[in-house]
Amino acid sequence: MRLNKYFERSLWVFHLNTGSCNGCDIEIVAGLTPRYDLERFGIKLVGSPKHADVLLVTGPVTGRMLDRVKRVYEQTPDPKAVIAVGACGTSGGVFYNSYNLSGSIDKVIPVDVYVPGCPPRPEAIINGVLQAWIKLEKLRESMEAAPAR
Amino acid sequence: MNKKTYSIPIGPVHPSLEEPMTFNFEIYGERIEKVYLAPGDNHRGIEFMGRQRNPIQIIYLAERICGICSASHPFAFCQAVENAAGIEVPERGQYIRVIIAELERIHSHILWAGIAGHELGFDSVLYISWRAREEVLDLLEYLTGNRINYGVFMIGGVRRDISEEQIPRIRKTLEYYKDVYGKIEDIFLKDPTIALRTKNVGVLTKEDALRLCAVGPTTRASGIKKDVRQDQPYSAYADLEVKAITPDVFSGEINGDVYDRIIVRLLELVQSIQIIEQCLENMPSGEIVAEKKLVKLLNQLKKAKGEGIGRHEAPRGEVFHYVKLAEAEVPEIWKARAPTYNNLMPWAPMLLGEQIADIPIVVASTDPCIACMDRVTILNKANGRKDVLTKKDLHELSVQKTRRITP
Repeated sequence: MRLNKYFERSLWVFHLNTGSCNGCDIEIVAGLTPRYDLERFGIKLVGSPKHADVLLVTGPVTGRMLDRVKRVYEQTPDPKAVIAVGACGTSGGVFYNSYNLSGSIDKVIPVDVYVPGCPPRPEAIINGVLQAWIKLEKLRESMEAAPAR
Repeated sequence: MNKKTYSIPIGPVHPSLEEPMTFNFEIYGERIEKVYLAPGDNHRGIEFMGRQRNPIQIIYLAERICGICSASHPFAFCQAVENAAGIEVPERGQYIRVIIAELERIHSHILWAGIAGHELGFDSVLYISWRAREEVLDLLEYLTGNRINYGVFMIGGVRRDISEEQIPRIRKTLEYYKDVYGKIEDIFLKDPTIALRTKNVGVLTKEDALRLCAVGPTTRASGIKKDVRQDQPYSAYADLEVKAITPDVFSGEINGDVYDRIIVRLLELVQSIQIIEQCLENMPSGEIVAEKKLVKLLNQLKKAKGEGIGRHEAPRGEVFHYVKLAEAEVPEIWKARAPTYNNLMPWAPMLLGEQIADIPIVVASTDPCIACMDRVTILNKANGRKDVLTKKDLHELSVQKTRRITP
């Protein structure tokens, strides 16, 4: 049985910590483990951005991670979606006036879905991933429809 | 025979630890010959930000030093400010603080057990323990309103009381953990595969642990009875019975290996349950916070002058905060020292001579929390050269800083 047209492929996620406090990161893992169980939808964490469809980025990009974030983004194959998780990833949050931080992820790489909260609950993260999924499938359809260059 | 080593860089983005951290290993065959650590990827400048905010705003910031120790840092920070400003915490407030801190220890140790299982390639353990961890998060949400950053600490006490109706719910969770403990103990301490992977791996001798100032379960597993709750009781711990746990209680011997660190953490789970039960029995009635009106408290802190320290035994070891108030809106100095900072150097003796495949579990066995720990790298902007500081330079810098703080 097909749930809808978007539940066709399984979605692989790469999690990138750019200097977050761990709060969002453990909530992401909590989202994957039995209580919330994202893996039943075929969503799983992968070890390399080269395997990923979605980048799950947390934290207020520190100075040394700035270049790495851009490189990880470039290594992820198209079509891709980026989710910014947590208050500091979406806006800088509580760390608004530091000398070593970029503030928010969208200043460094384009972001598709924002999940606010400090930290967001696993349900919110799951909702964010599903939003990215729908966006990704639309992107894929438009890429397939476009004439090959 | 060719004795050439090659180097493996790991990080800062890697799948095993969640946090950015750079390692560089010199490998001969499969054996680790040299270990280089390059922390600093997670440095956010929190102490700098703290010097531009008032103490009540800093509690919010201190909570976000680390999302796992989100009771430990505010606990130590509030103690430091209370120490500096001479504020006395009501007894009931102290008991509630201890209950929250111990619930956090339960959540942190179970989280660690799952991560350790994952690093060993035993993913069912990760799922079993993280399922068990959700219960204590539910309880923390019930008591404080939040799953992760509890927001319950306040200078001079706590922000939320624990009412009579809430106590049965706490007891229910404790009973649940007594059941689950048997299961987790069965997996970790009686399973032959885990014993084979962790016994005599990543050994930290007692001498090394003392020399490198390791703290928390890492040092207790090497046989040193060091625990702030026992050595310098603070808050409600003075009324409770807390003894530092070493692995010989369970196995009769001390090896200082990864297996011993597992034993210590699992036994501390039981200890935390007992501490909370004692707290619930002896909890006095009365106020929970010394000064309810925040404006009045802020004015009091604005007039305060002096320095104070706060220490707390976090799940990973001793966390230490230093605050200097100088009759101003913001503190003049705020210094936080997290346990992973001390537990970083012991990685070198633990990892030397081990196999590549053992790196994840040895590193994870100290329960590292990079977010708590990261400091600055000195970079000369003019020529882009990174300066390496020797022990002598660091000593000189710290003497200078001490003179600046206390002229």
